[in-house]
Amino acid sequence: MIWNKKIECASRDEMAAIQSERLLSTVKRIYHNIPSYRAKMQEKGILPGDIKSVENLKDLPFTNKTDLRDNYPFGMFTVPMSEIVRLHASSGTTGKPTVVGYTRNDLQMWAEVVTRSLCMAGVHKNDIVQVAYGYGLFTGGLGLHYGTENLGATVIPISGGNTKKQIQLMQDFGSSVIACTPSYALFLSEALQEMGIDPESLNLRVGIFGAEPWSENMRKEIEAKLKIKAIDIYGLSEIVGPGVSCECTHQAGMHVNEDHFIPEIIDPENLQPVQPGEIGELVFSTVSKEGIPILRYRTRDLTRLIYDKCECGRTLVRMEKCMGRSDDMLIIRGVNVFPSQIESVLLEMSETEPHYLLIVERQGTLDILKIMVEVQEQFFSDEVRELEALRKKIRNNIQSTLGISVDVKLVEPKTIERTAGKAKRVIDNRKI
Amino acid sequence: MITKQVSVFLENKSGRLNEVTQILSDAEINISAFTIADTSDFGILRLIVSDPEKACEVLKQNQFSVKTTEVVLAKTPNQPGSLSKLLKVLSEGGSFIEYMYAFSMEQDSATIVIRPASIKKCMEILQSNKDNFLFQEGEFLL
Ligand SMILES: [Zn+2]
Repeated sequence: MIWNKKIECASRDEMAAIQSERLLSTVKRIYHNIPSYRAKMQEKGILPGDIKSVENLKDLPFTNKTDLRDNYPFGMFTVPMSEIVRLHASSGTTGKPTVVGYTRNDLQMWAEVVTRSLCMAGVHKNDIVQVAYGYGLFTGGLGLHYGTENLGATVIPISGGNTKKQIQLMQDFGSSVIACTPSYALFLSEALQEMGIDPESLNLRVGIFGAEPWSENMRKEIEAKLKIKAIDIYGLSEIVGPGVSCECTHQAGMHVNEDHFIPEIIDPENLQPVQPGEIGELVFSTVSKEGIPILRYRTRDLTRLIYDKCECGRTLVRMEKCMGRSDDMLIIRGVNVFPSQIESVLLEMSETEPHYLLIVERQGTLDILKIMVEVQEQFFSDEVRELEALRKKIRNNIQSTLGISVDVKLVEPKTIERTAGKAKRVIDNRKI
Repeated sequence: MITKQVSVFLENKSGRLNEVTQILSDAEINISAFTIADTSDFGILRLIVSDPEKACEVLKQNQFSVKTTEVVLAKTPNQPGSLSKLLKVLSEGGSFIEYMYAFSMEQDSATIVIRPASIKKCMEILQSNKDNFLFQEGEFLL
């Protein structure tokens, strides 16, 4: 079923007209309400009146995550707090999280795009949807929740974790849809196996998986083990949360709800638009949001856009699975990790520049972050217990900064590869 | 006597110890004694060598993390009970030992390498006991 046929199957011209109209008013609202963005536009010599249609989108300045941090907490809001009915925040690991505020209309829009996504995934109103994404400041749980209710299906708001209970409810309530991270889906399948429960005995039919990068192989594995259709959903709190885009049952790229979020692909080096169909960094402009509209937000996700009409009949542009990041951010167990955070922890501990390497591995369904730190002259002690204490100190400091457990391994100096250019700080061995 | 021990940080991987010995050999440095303290991840190689300064220099040139530590060398008669007597004297004198190791190169004596918490204190205890009962004159000083 297509939830909003008029929009989802609109012609490219019709879509451009909707986007243009909405973009114009968004630009005006941002220009008049957000001093930092106004300054950026003025610097480029652009006035709201210069933006005539969606064609002019490329003339506007970008917005970065730092803009949200710098304006913490409410500096990017374009409506008074009295109109904000909900706050969410991204999992800020150091310093300040990025806060997003939703008006009543924003929540309705969000529910609409999640509802469309559920329909794309083949979910209908008779389904029982077990939402095993976390509820709270994280957008996953509540995003799926309101979308499911809006569809008219039944929601089980179980949130994340508590695997035995998850399985029990699947059995007792006959959940037909599971929404969670793909790694948790694998974890669930292993738990079922251990408990000797045949997934065929469950009523599960569809899985809606997001908040983490995952591969086609992982999809095959989940589909085989849970006997379901595994659907990829994409979103980020800065834009709205889950529902920015979602795969249809043809699983050939995620349809972007582009009447609300206009995607662009740019070259992360020169920031120019790439040729249609080329891979680059995904950039989003929200054109219907009231609480915190955002123009040309650099997601750092690398992907490409597919404009052909999909077999499902939708004309909404599709984005491929993200194939990496344009920065070196890692997502480990749902937490954003920047090598620079680890660097600053190490810098605080000694006077000289530290040499380190991050190695990410997937052991079973769990991501393990290993940090190799070179034992420089000034670190080296002749005594084992002092080196062990150093290792523990590094580990504890990094853990308290990142909020996740890490392994620290002390290695000999100059064993971490030096490169002439940008230092290679991350080896991601996860088979995603 | 007090001497300089050379310590080298080693990752637990094959061939590293060999590299150290090769570097020292090329520099014509003789190794009198060594020990390795190891954990699952790394080891500390401790060496008594003919020329600690030069050993440090060549190892640093080869990118090893190296450090010199002062240790006490005590010579004891190579016979049952000597080590026990030495330890008794040190412990009664209140000298805390971080680690120690020993080697015996001659028929009638053994050499104990001691890394005490305080070199000064350890030496004082040994000095004040030298005429006492343990060893013949000067024997504990190498
Ligand atoms: Zn489709």
